[in-house]
Order: sequence, then structure tokens, then C-alpha cells
Amino acid sequence: MTYLAKPRLHHPTLPVNKVGYTRRDYEGKVSTLCAGCGHDSISAAIIQACWELNIEPHRVAKLSGIGCSSKTPDYFLGNSHGFNSVHGRMPSVATGANLANRDLVYLGVSGDGDSASIGIGQFAHVMRRGVNMTYIVENNGVYGLTKGQFSATADQGSKSKRGVVNSDSPIDMASLALLLGATFVARSFSGDKQQLVPLIMAAIAHPGASFIDVISPCVAFNNHPGSTKSYDYVRDHNDAVNRLDFWPSRDAITVDYAQGDVIDVPQHDGSIMRLRKTHPEYDPTDRLKAMDMIGQHQAKGEVLTGLLYLNPDAEDLHAHLNTVNVSLNQLTARELCPGSDVLEKINASLR
Amino acid sequence: MINWKSNVFPGILGRTCDRPCEPACRRGRVEENNGEKPEPVAICRLKRVAADFKDDIRPRLPKPASKKNGKKVACIGAGPASLTVARDLAPLGYHVVLFDGDNKMGGMIRTQIPRFRLPEEVIDEEVGYIDGLGIDFRAGKRVESLKALMADDFDVIFVGSGAPRGRELDIPGRQEAAKNIHIGIDWLSSVSFGHIEKIGKRVIVLGGGNTAMDCCRTSRRLGGADVKVIVRSGFEEMKASPWEKEDAMHEGIPILNFLVPKEFTHTNGKLTGVVFEKVKAVYDDKGRRNLVPTGEPDPHYECDDVLVAVGQENSFPWIERDVGMEFDKWEMPVVDKATMQSSIPKIFFGGDAAFGPKNIIWAVAHGHDAAISIDKFCNGEDVRNRPAPTVNLMSQKMGIHEWSYDNEIAPDERYKVPHTDTKISLKNIKVEVELGFDVGLGFKEAQRCLNCDVQTVFAAKQCIECDACVDICPMDCITFAEDGDEKELRARLNAPAKLATQDIYVANGLRTGRIMAKDEDVCLHCGLCAERCPTGAWDMQKFYLELTQAGPACRDRHDGLARKAA
Repeated sequence: MTYLAKPRLHHPTLPVNKVGYTRRDYEGKVSTLCAGCGHDSISAAIIQACWELNIEPHRVAKLSGIGCSSKTPDYFLGNSHGFNSVHGRMPSVATGANLANRDLVYLGVSGDGDSASIGIGQFAHVMRRGVNMTYIVENNGVYGLTKGQFSATADQGSKSKRGVVNSDSPIDMASLALLLGATFVARSFSGDKQQLVPLIMAAIAHPGASFIDVISPCVAFNNHPGSTKSYDYVRDHNDAVNRLDFWPSRDAITVDYAQGDVIDVPQHDGSIMRLRKTHPEYDPTDRLKAMDMIGQHQAKGEVLTGLLYLNPDAEDLHAHLNTVNVSLNQLTARELCPGSDVLEKINASLR
Repeated sequence: MINWKSNVFPGILGRTCDRPCEPACRRGRVEENNGEKPEPVAICRLKRVAADFKDDIRPRLPKPASKKNGKKVACIGAGPASLTVARDLAPLGYHVVLFDGDNKMGGMIRTQIPRFRLPEEVIDEEVGYIDGLGIDFRAGKRVESLKALMADDFDVIFVGSGAPRGRELDIPGRQEAAKNIHIGIDWLSSVSFGHIEKIGKRVIVLGGGNTAMDCCRTSRRLGGADVKVIVRSGFEEMKASPWEKEDAMHEGIPILNFLVPKEFTHTNGKLTGVVFEKVKAVYDDKGRRNLVPTGEPDPHYECDDVLVAVGQENSFPWIERDVGMEFDKWEMPVVDKATMQSSIPKIFFGGDAAFGPKNIIWAVAHGHDAAISIDKFCNGEDVRNRPAPTVNLMSQKMGIHEWSYDNEIAPDERYKVPHTDTKISLKNIKVEVELGFDVGLGFKEAQRCLNCDVQTVFAAKQCIECDACVDICPMDCITFAEDGDEKELRARLNAPAKLATQDIYVANGLRTGRIMAKDEDVCLHCGLCAERCPTGAWDMQKFYLELTQAGPACRDRHDGLARKAA
């Protein structure tokens, strides 16, 4: 943490996006996490993604539970709506908020403790219901706030800072999300923003339950030899299935590819998602193969990253429930109370 | 003391300096309102604050040498260059003799700068510190012959006689109306000595330099009600410092430009006015400016007095041309730019006398350089063999979030120095116009400083590439990327480094094989990168430049003691 607030002064060439904000306008308070925490890099990636997507900050709701990761919404998007829920209960709050106001961008930020231990049941249901949100797990494999005990995502056989070897089998959050029906599943690393930022952008644009598992080293308790979630380990064992580029619209495309294995993934909202394959045989729309590939890498001690799965025809909870097309606060007495004639008709249909 | 050691005249320069430092200040690059009118930190005025609010420094000053070294140095002129030579050499044991035609030390500082810009007490104090070192001042003794002085028993002669002659303006009517046409610098010194106390109601000042600004503002205080400055060039190209022009205009003095004086008009030997030719600036293919007549009728401006401030010249009538000194085609002595030595080995030059009119701070710099040369010369060493300044880098870390420098940067715009109300200041030539910052205002202004003396030092070996510094940097200075050639690398930094004259700091040796590149251009030195660094790969280190000054440390052979100890 730092005692000095980040100065307001900024680079003279700092650009403004389409809605008139600089990247600095998407920042929040100064982080109070340990210096070098991977979570701060994820916050910076979220800031960058929201700026590039031209999202108006007041159209975002950021929700979290309890933990180091769940503190981070205070450190980005200082002008957005926020809800810091009970431990592990962020998904319920997000589901409720999303049903009430479908017009906001929902960003859930959680950790491995919040989502894989106490909140695993909540996590399961928000994924299977297809709530239209971006669910980011800042995964460091330890309970940082309570001094570094293994969390449920710690790999079997990995060593704690004090030398204890983890005997429990790990929960793989990406596999779990796939199993439960998430329609966008990715994995990334806090130390690789070039990979992470486009993934967050694509996840926000995805009209369904999107899940990103971000390995985020805990510099205080899980960044030592023997850890499988340290900066060095993840860098050495990172195998990216693809590199993603994402543009909010076609005219914003800034990179040209001469050749290679590139696929454009069509998006309903007009945005462009382009995948550069690094594994030629990998098909990100094949859910079962994705689960298989993750499992194989895990067995080798490797971390498979990139866009692991995408369902281009995703639907969300509102579509499943056939809800009204506007947010509930837009409904007036006329729509909510259509009169006794309508009531009569409904009653008649039930007789 | 740091201020005194290299500037010699902190209080004087803090009021009168041309501020060559301020255009180099990086503050203007980061102002919120970039583009409109970004302003540097008021470095000059802050030096005055340091001088104004110091405690008694006399106990800290060097003492007069207890043992003379038997060498005698003559300084011609007692202005800033000679005084600096005296200040540097006297404590080393030199017998320094200052010759000046005036009765007090100070040279142009005392005679040409009006009192409303520089009160006499400030000059007395700072010149007094030098006098206190045991200087042999020969007041009122103008050197009329170099030959005679060379025949005397001086080991070294330093010429710091300035550029004492105001340039003439030889146009019709000059002789006839001579009674009301004055040469600017001569007139200013007469005012300063109290020989002149009045001027006509309507005054025209010809010239666009700082002397012209001093002339017009002095005129306003001596009865000039309608004072105008008329210049040949455009307003923007005038030589005067922008703030001096501002101060003059603030006192109700219009500045008219693109008017070339053609003739002084007069009746019965009394000046009646000046005729000008209207011109415009035309640039040729090489970008050189020519002033060509516009062809409009010549305007005539009426006036009672004219002050001519169109430049200053060197004049060395007292140097006999057969003493063996080399002069160039402009009748200037040939002087080495680094050693200040002339073609006669024991004669050195400095200040305006060396390379023509410059300013006080240059005179001080010349004085320091000449003093080194003189000291080496007197010790029989090669004056060209000079040690480089020493530098020192020291970590400023005091604790996890504590630095021994003030790392908070205020977003404020430059503070204005309070002025005395013109109603009061125009009545009395001795009332100082600029009041200087008080402590509070000075502190606020100093908070704008970007701490260029504090360096961000990066140790790649310790870096774990967590990106914490990249994320926290308010100016997007830091990038971790693949290596490349500089031009291409500059373009793909987080914020493109467009200022090619500003080096970028590149470090390799990172574990991933990438490089760290930091663009120093707009770095605030706020230290957040170092605070957010978990491994201490970033450190904030204070850079201290110790300029070379005359003394044993500059000599090739240090004294025997040091050698024995080694």
C-alpha cells in the first residue's frame, strides 16, 4: 500500500475514448494490497478493457465478496456502482441485480477462497443459469488475508511458504465453469496483460455467463519455489492455446495479419473478435475437447491459457425466463397494472 | 550554502537573473492545461526565497586564509566575474586585488540594475561576504594601461571589466539634440549614483532588451508620465525577458514594434521627437529575417527625452595592442572557452569582457572556471587538464513509504510573485517592486517541482515482472516489452516517447528476456514505482552534482599527506 495518492497529473498524450474519458478516469482509489500483488495488475487490465470498450463508468455494476480479490473493486472504476457482499454470496446479488436491471454491465470479481470454497455453490448456480455477467476469479491458491493457508485451488503437491505440501486435490475453476454451462470460459495470467485485456473485453461483450480464471500470484505468501502459482512457475508452464484480439467495432481494427491461422468470431453486437491460433488443432467452440485439453495440461503441471471455450449462440437468464425487455425501473404503473380487463383474461385462461 | 557556493549571489540573482534554467524545467511538460501556457517552476524566485529567509550564514562562510600562499592576482573590474574569482581564490591564500573605477564593489550589479528591482542592501550583503574574505579592493582606481599592470608584480591578471559601452545610434539629429538623448546604461548608472533625478514628461526608449526595460521603468519613477518603448523588431523577438516586458507594461508603458528610428527632430537644440520608418518582417528561403519598409508614411512620435538602449559593446582602449595579446576581427580578445585563458598565459578573462554581453550567471560561471585555471596556473600545471564535476547518487529510502525527499507533486499552476502596488512603487525609485514569495507561497510553488534531482534506479536482477510499477505510474513512463531498435521501441511504449532529445532508460537482464524501458520525459519522480515494487528493484536515488571549484582537489598533484595515507 502507499500513503501517497496517485498524482492527478498525467501524460500529455493520454488519449480520450469515444465517450470522452481518459484511461485515468476509470481508475479507483489507490490500492491497499501488498506491493506487487497480481490483483492490482488485473485491476489495471479491467481499467484498460473498460476504457477501450468505451463503456460509460456509470453503466457498470461491480460486485464482489470477501477477500483480497474482493477488495479490488475499490481500486478500479471509481465512478461505477459497487456491491461488496457477504462472503461467497456475490453471485446471488449479481443474479438479483441483473434481473432487476438488465441494462448494466455486470462485473463480478472474486477469489479462489470466495468462489471455490465458501461460495462454490453460488458459483455453480450463477454459471448454470447463464446470468449475463463477467465473472473474474483472481486465483492465487492461498488465503492471503489469513497468512497463506492453501485454498481449494492449490495444486496437489505444491509447497506452502512454510514448506508444507498440499495433499488435497485441487478444484479447477475453468473446468468447473465448463461443466456447469458457462458460455465463455478463459484462463489468463495477471503478468500478461496483452493476453488478459482482450479476454476481459470479449467477456464483457459476451451476452451470457462469461468466466475468466486469472492466475494471480500472491507475492506475500505464494511466490516461492515449490509454488505452482508464482510468477516464475506460471511463466515457465504457461501454454496459450490462442491469442485473442478484440475490437469494439470493425472500424477500430488496428492490426493486420499477413497470414497464419486466424479465425474471426462473429459477435451479435458488431464487435470483432479475432483468434490467432497457437495450437492449430484447438477448437474453442468444442466444449468437451476443451475440458479434455485442460485436464491433460493439468496432469503435466502446465497451465493452459487463452480463450478456452466460446458458445457463439449463447443465451442468458433473461432469455430463458422470457422477461420483459427493459430494466424493471423503467416500468410504469401502466405496464405493471394493465387493468381489470387483462386480469379477467388471465383468469379466464387459467379456468 | 549550496545556493551560495555555486551561484555566489543568490539574493541578487534571485531577483535579476535571466533564468536560463527555467526554459529547461520539465514542469511545463506535465501541466494539466498543457498547450495553453505551461509554466516552469519559478526556480529563480525560489532561490530568492532561500536567500531571503536564511539564518545568519556568516559562521558557515569560508574564513580569510590564515596563511597566504604568496601569489598575487589582479582583477580588473569589481563586477560579478571578478568577485567570483576573488571568492574562489582568496580562501586558498591568494592575495586578490580588485581594481574598479567606482568606489564600491559590484560593477553593473550596482550601477545598472535599478533599485526597484534590486535594493542596495542585498548587494551590500552579498558583496560584503566576499569582501570579508580579505580582498584588497582598490576603490576608484580604474586600470588605464594593461602594460603598466603587467609590469607590476602580479602573478596573474583577470579581466572582468564587462561591456561598459552603450551602443550609439547615429542618425540625423543625434548631435544637435544631444542634450536630451542619453545612452541607456550610462544614464542608468548616473541615476543609480544619484547624479540624475529627473527626466522629461514624455520619454521614448529605443531598444528591446532588458536595459530598455530598466530604462523605461526608471523613467516612470523620475517624472516620465508618458513613457514608450519603441523597437525595431517584432514584440515576440525582443531580447528582453518576457517577465520584464510584462512588468513594464504593467506600469503603463506601451511597447510599439516594427518601427526603425530614422531621425531625431529638434528645434533650437531641443529635442522634439523621433521619426520612425514602419517595417515588416520578411523571411527569406533560409529562414533569415529581414525588416523591409512597408511603404506607409513615417510616423513621428513627440517626446522630451530619448534613452538609447540598443545594445552594449566591449571596449578595451586600455589594452595596448603591442602587449602581445591576440584580438579577433571584431576587436575582441581571443579567449579559450573552457579555461578562460587569453593568448598571454597569465591573463584570463571572464564575464561580458570575455565573449561579449551575456548575463550575471554567465559571469559567475566564467569566474569559477577562471579561478580553477588561475589556481592550476599558479601551481605550474596545465590549465586544460581539468577534473570533471563529481556526481553522487544516494538512496532516499527511509522506510516502506518514507523518502528523505518530498515526493508529493502539486497539480497547481505557477504562483505569481506579489508586487507592490504601482501607485506606491512608481513614486519612489527605491521601493522594490517584486516582494518575493513568502514562506507559504514559496513552499506551494516548490511543491510543483518534479524532483529532477531524484533518479529512478532499476535493478533488473531483482525484478519479478509483476507490472506493479507499470500500473501505478501516473505518467505511463514504464514499459516492459520485447527489445528493438530505439526508434521502433520509442513508438510502442505505453505512452510513445516522442521527445527524441530525452534519452529513454532501458535495462535488460530480466528473467523473461524482455527489457524495461522508461521514458524520462514526463516522470514526476513521485516514487510510486518504488513504493509499489515488492522486491526493491526500483529505488529513488538523489543525484548530487558537485561542480568543480578551484582548490587542491583540482590539481594534478594532491598534497603529500593524501599520498602518504594511500
